[in-house]
Amino acid sequence: MTDRPVLAVEELTVTLGTRSGSARAVAGVDWSVHPGRTLALVGESGSGKTMSVLAATGLAPRTARVTGRVRLLGEELTALDPRRRRQLRGRHVGFVFQDPMTSLNPVLTVGRQVTEACEEHLGMSRRQARDRAVELLELVGIPSAARRVDDHPHQFSGGMRQRVVIAMALACDPALLIADEPTTALDVTTQAQIVELVAGLQRRLGTAVVWITHDLGVVAGVADTVAVMYGGRIVEQGPVDAVFAAPGHPYTRALLAARPRPGGAGDDLPAIPGAPPSPLELPAGCAFWPRCPVRGDARCEHELPPLTPVGPDHRVRSFYRTGEDR
Amino acid sequence: MSAEVVAELDDLKVWFPVAGGAVRAVDGVSLRIHPGETLGLVGESGSGKSTTGLALLRLVDPTTGRVRVAGQDVTGWSRRRLRGVRRKVAMVFQDPQASLDPRHTVAASVAEPLVVHRLGGDADARRRRVAELLDLVGLRPELGGRHPHELSGGQRQRVGIARALAGEPDLIVLDEPIASLDLSVQAQIMNLLRRLQRELGLTYLFISHDLAAVEHMSDRVAVMYLGRIVETGSPAQLWQQPAHPYTAALLSAIPEADPAVERHRRRIILAGDIPSPVDPPSGCRFRTRCPSARPDCADTDPGLDPVTGDHRAACLYAGEAVREMRATPTP
Repeated sequence: MTDRPVLAVEELTVTLGTRSGSARAVAGVDWSVHPGRTLALVGESGSGKTMSVLAATGLAPRTARVTGRVRLLGEELTALDPRRRRQLRGRHVGFVFQDPMTSLNPVLTVGRQVTEACEEHLGMSRRQARDRAVELLELVGIPSAARRVDDHPHQFSGGMRQRVVIAMALACDPALLIADEPTTALDVTTQAQIVELVAGLQRRLGTAVVWITHDLGVVAGVADTVAVMYGGRIVEQGPVDAVFAAPGHPYTRALLAARPRPGGAGDDLPAIPGAPPSPLELPAGCAFWPRCPVRGDARCEHELPPLTPVGPDHRVRSFYRTGEDR
Repeated sequence: MSAEVVAELDDLKVWFPVAGGAVRAVDGVSLRIHPGETLGLVGESGSGKSTTGLALLRLVDPTTGRVRVAGQDVTGWSRRRLRGVRRKVAMVFQDPQASLDPRHTVAASVAEPLVVHRLGGDADARRRRVAELLDLVGLRPELGGRHPHELSGGQRQRVGIARALAGEPDLIVLDEPIASLDLSVQAQIMNLLRRLQRELGLTYLFISHDLAAVEHMSDRVAVMYLGRIVETGSPAQLWQQPAHPYTAALLSAIPEADPAVERHRRRIILAGDIPSPVDPPSGCRFRTRCPSARPDCADTDPGLDPVTGDHRAACLYAGEAVREMRATPTP
């Protein structure tokens, strides 16, 4: 962990102009991810988990105002001109999104698509690119890769398409893989295959991974560090074991408790009342305050609690923290 | 146990014709739903679980087999004749956004089934009934004047449930009712459904791919694979001693929210994908992906046979195959 982070964001803020006013999608977020490590960004809809990553990699919508610092492999991205930024991103960052069909062009063969980026960034010939495509499809476990390289996306199942997208993301041998809910659209047995695949590739290639998900089970399986987001801010972050064993924020605790436990059928679930807030109407203080089971006083409503250490690398944004690490 | 049955499917097949054959979405399913229980129906996409639910409401027509609802064989009934039965069986869909008319207010959406089934009396009585239904699902009365886009996902699903309750049904088919909701809201809806069941004596068919939710909600569970039920039993029977290799694999694939467990767990990772329902494998349908398949699995189509009591599995080597899979580490 002494090594330099692959990607680090500091004080990242994203404001979106919408018809109903300006929405603060991300507000002062800090995180980093190191080589061979996985950071899981957890949150519900509107928490800002995806927007923070899109903004960090320069993919935020045009209407977004992004401030803060973003360093990719030590280079300050916000200081670069868009062309150079695009180049750096294309060369060093691979993306896998929830729906593989949003990343795949239905009219091109998978072989062409898998290596399209390499041809541009690594200056490969067609011949080299095709060989590399077969190699990559083998790497992600597509049977008979040499034959399937000339097939089109519709000839693959959902799970196999997601493998193709992973092959595409890894084509330039990126330092960082961004995986945004990559298994959400897949069946549970296929999800298990993809989780194992990414973990295996990461061990072999030393890629850093930012895994965006709402599934706490997936987080427990893939993450080294976790950042829990709510209402555009990180409310808790730390090593995965500490966060799950001693969740310090009332939201993290409530979220973990609200899932049905194996063998725990029968009782009512401790549900969280209400719904996650809209980025258009965030309270001045703690965004979780209106739903918080602990909420103490007017302070929570009007004052933003700072991220406060509760253990080694473990921080919690609440005036009412519990579960200091043992 | 067999005395009273709210709904029953008997060797149901639902085939959809396609060029060069038929998609055998449901291919020989028999099940009974008893009063006041929740039957969980689990399976992955393409397993036929949703089509099974639709067939129970006669929203798809059976190719062969029988559908019985409230003691009557409704298999060949006309749409018109079905109307009376439709009131007794309601449905809640996954995406409340898609199942509610965006132009209608919440109150109008909830009143619609009352109008269709000629319930609730005059306009005044209907208004009172709508208010009562909104209250029943935990929505404030003033939300009746809103449109679906002004509600949160959880509120919209509550409207979907209120609509389903309007006809005072005996059975509600819940097709992935929590799948599109935020995690913090899923528990609210599960609690609501259970409270309504207790208070109104409802019977549920709970269709879901979320195994933790199914375990929590169900009295009995049926696991589907490629158009067939491969195992049924109580959640305890299935979760503690799955007898069918597919059930065991499915259960071992669910990640648990505990890093210590996840680090040391041994998953049974299935190879490949679910085969095409146009041309299912001979013999046991699961054999092409089964880590414990034997040569005779290709010849014999196993029936849903008892393991112990009312725990049943469709596997020639029920129990044995699972023990074998668990003993072999996956690569």
